[in-house]
Amino acid sequence: MFSTLDFDVIRRSWGYLFYEGMTFTLTLTALSALGGLIFGTLIALMRLSGYRLLGRIAGLYVDFMRSLPLVLVIFWFYFLVPYIGQWLTGASRPIRVGAFSSSLITFIMFEAAYFSEIMRAGIQSISRGQPAAASALGLTYAQSMRYVVLPQAFRNMLPVLLTQTIVLFQDTSLVYVLSITDFLGAASKVAQRDGRLVEMYLFAALVYFVISCVASYGVRRLQARISIVR
Amino acid sequence: MKRIHVVSLALAAALGASQAGAQELTGTLKSIKESGSITLGHRDSSIPFSYLDDAQKPVGYAMDICYKIVDAVKKELKLDKLEVKLTPVTSATRIPLMANGTIDLECGSTTNNAERQKQVSFTNTHFLTASRYVTKKASKIEKIDDLKGKSVVSTAGTTNIKQLTEANAARNLNINIIPAKDHAEAFLMVETDRAVAFVMDDILLSSLVAGSKAPGDYVISKDAFSKPEPYGIMLRKDDAPFKKVVDAATAAVYTGGEGAKIYDKWFTQKIPPKGLNLATPISAELKNQYAKPSDSPDPDAYK
Amino acid sequence: MNYNWNWNIFFQPNPMGTGTYLDMLLSGLALTIKTALLAWIIALVFGSIIGVLRTLPSRAASWIGFAYVEFFRNMPLLVQLFLWFFVLPELLPRAAGLWLKQLPNAPFWTAAIGVGLFMSARVAVQLAAGVSSLPRGQKQAATALGLTTVQSYRYVLLPMAYRIILPPLTSEFLNTIKNTAVAITIGLLELTGQARAMQEFSFQVFEAFTAATVMYLLINIVVVTAMRFLERWVAISGYISGK
Repeated sequence: MFSTLDFDVIRRSWGYLFYEGMTFTLTLTALSALGGLIFGTLIALMRLSGYRLLGRIAGLYVDFMRSLPLVLVIFWFYFLVPYIGQWLTGASRPIRVGAFSSSLITFIMFEAAYFSEIMRAGIQSISRGQPAAASALGLTYAQSMRYVVLPQAFRNMLPVLLTQTIVLFQDTSLVYVLSITDFLGAASKVAQRDGRLVEMYLFAALVYFVISCVASYGVRRLQARISIVR
Repeated sequence: MKRIHVVSLALAAALGASQAGAQELTGTLKSIKESGSITLGHRDSSIPFSYLDDAQKPVGYAMDICYKIVDAVKKELKLDKLEVKLTPVTSATRIPLMANGTIDLECGSTTNNAERQKQVSFTNTHFLTASRYVTKKASKIEKIDDLKGKSVVSTAGTTNIKQLTEANAARNLNINIIPAKDHAEAFLMVETDRAVAFVMDDILLSSLVAGSKAPGDYVISKDAFSKPEPYGIMLRKDDAPFKKVVDAATAAVYTGGEGAKIYDKWFTQKIPPKGLNLATPISAELKNQYAKPSDSPDPDAYK
Repeated sequence: MNYNWNWNIFFQPNPMGTGTYLDMLLSGLALTIKTALLAWIIALVFGSIIGVLRTLPSRAASWIGFAYVEFFRNMPLLVQLFLWFFVLPELLPRAAGLWLKQLPNAPFWTAAIGVGLFMSARVAVQLAAGVSSLPRGQKQAATALGLTTVQSYRYVLLPMAYRIILPPLTSEFLNTIKNTAVAITIGLLELTGQARAMQEFSFQVFEAFTAATVMYLLINIVVVTAMRFLERWVAISGYISGK
């Protein structure tokens, strides 16, 4: 069975797969996780702010994003972002947005909904006495969030945030639907050009598997360490 | 708001008056000049029009024509340097991405028809091809009606899948139509017996067959789903100044003999990545079109 | 925005000859629901088995459970679907592979099984967590009553565990529905696929995607409401949500 397979195709396309494809995937993952965390924290703060309207808007955003399949959201944003840019800048034509920026915006907006729920749980896990103590010390709301609540919430939630980032890493493969050259996109382009679907998809699966396994093992180690300290 | 508008109009009029003669750039030309770059949409597997070579760089007949257009745009805008950005598109994404400004020119194998002209524009035709299907000889499919009840693949977002869908409905064929992301994937579905036929433009089918592991196993149908239809390089609609530059550039390429050279390079000589020779000499219709370039979407205009 | 809106497009005939564009989207919606339900059944069955394995005292059992979950959790769903759809039939004996590929609804079965197995790993994790969250006394009491392991799971542990994990299961079911959209890559014309096809045929991108978005929101609302009723219905008074 395996005699007709040609695993040499992987060696021949190594540079393309990793320098181009994997670089895209990892950069997209890292920047989306960072952006999603920042935007998600803002949403979480909005929801917990005590202002009804802000809380409602944030809640609706989260529910909305979490109701939609990522594939649909990817299509939406790839086609819509240039028009949003035009609307924001008041330009006469849609703004040109490249494939990478468009994917980045999509994943930040989408993942923020998930990160915000994690951060919300993290913030709620901090006992009420702490912000109360902070405000008794004369810290403003912003200061108490910045110096007291958020650092702890982030720390407590770090394993969950990292696990979500591993999910995000896997989800970036969906930009395949736009023919963008991420790792899976690169693998599929080689696979289809050379008619080597079996070899390339097995290899892609292996690479995603190894990276995710190692990363989640790391997260488990981290979790064990953190839980001892607490 | 209104007042500002009036003021700005007055200002514009005053400026316009003072620069009488100097042409104001608009649309795509303006954004190309401002950004110093132009974005070409390319395909992954439209052989030999626009596809990836062994270094995964997009190459092909339509790409070469596009680079000629890029040269002309550069000259028109008097730019020293014009950066060319490449964005991969699929049959399904090319029209929305053109409309929303992500790409400026789409260099591939896009059929120019009246329906699409409501959404986008096309420059002078660069090829003519009819919609047919490829099957394995072993499956003994002689005519379109033999596809009845079978699984047939076509590429999502093409005129071909639409024609197949319409024929399926009109003739009650009960075909199970599978949409594929791109031509190579669709062809692999026939190669691996997942679908019995692949409906596509015949030129793309013959290049896929020629590049396959066993070209002798396949046959392209005599039956066609359409007349030979024109391919055009796509640009944004309602952008007359840009279209004028692009039309002039392509017309010069076709009438000046350069077009024939580019044609020979991709259709009658060895092409990357495997050194295939498609051995498809230029048709009388296309020769005609080279002599009198046209962007008509009407297949009958090319007889 | 220089885009030609045309909301009437939904009432114009689609090129498939199956009625209007709206009918086309509705058929996609129906397929999404069908695929998701089948996938969910698979996810529940396999997830329960693996979830139980993970909580058994046997080391081998918990290792199998662990390996299963890691296998399905550490690969993108898209890659898993590709493995089932493109790779598996080529690795089987020729006749079996051919049979698989020529199944009339190959994308549907692949999607339902692929998404189902992917989700089963998540269900397993939830169920294992549910079982281990039960007070130890329950298992001990069951054993003391002379119940076998199977019986204590069947009559004592699982009924409680399922009730505890009902809320997370609701969101996993919603994830299952959303994940069926990934099957667009293997040619399944579910809701997202039909929305994209409608865009390709009619060029009305945003109308098509808006309609699909609204339909997904509706599914979500229906499922969340239904599950809330279910939660109330199965609640045990004095325990967890049965206030």
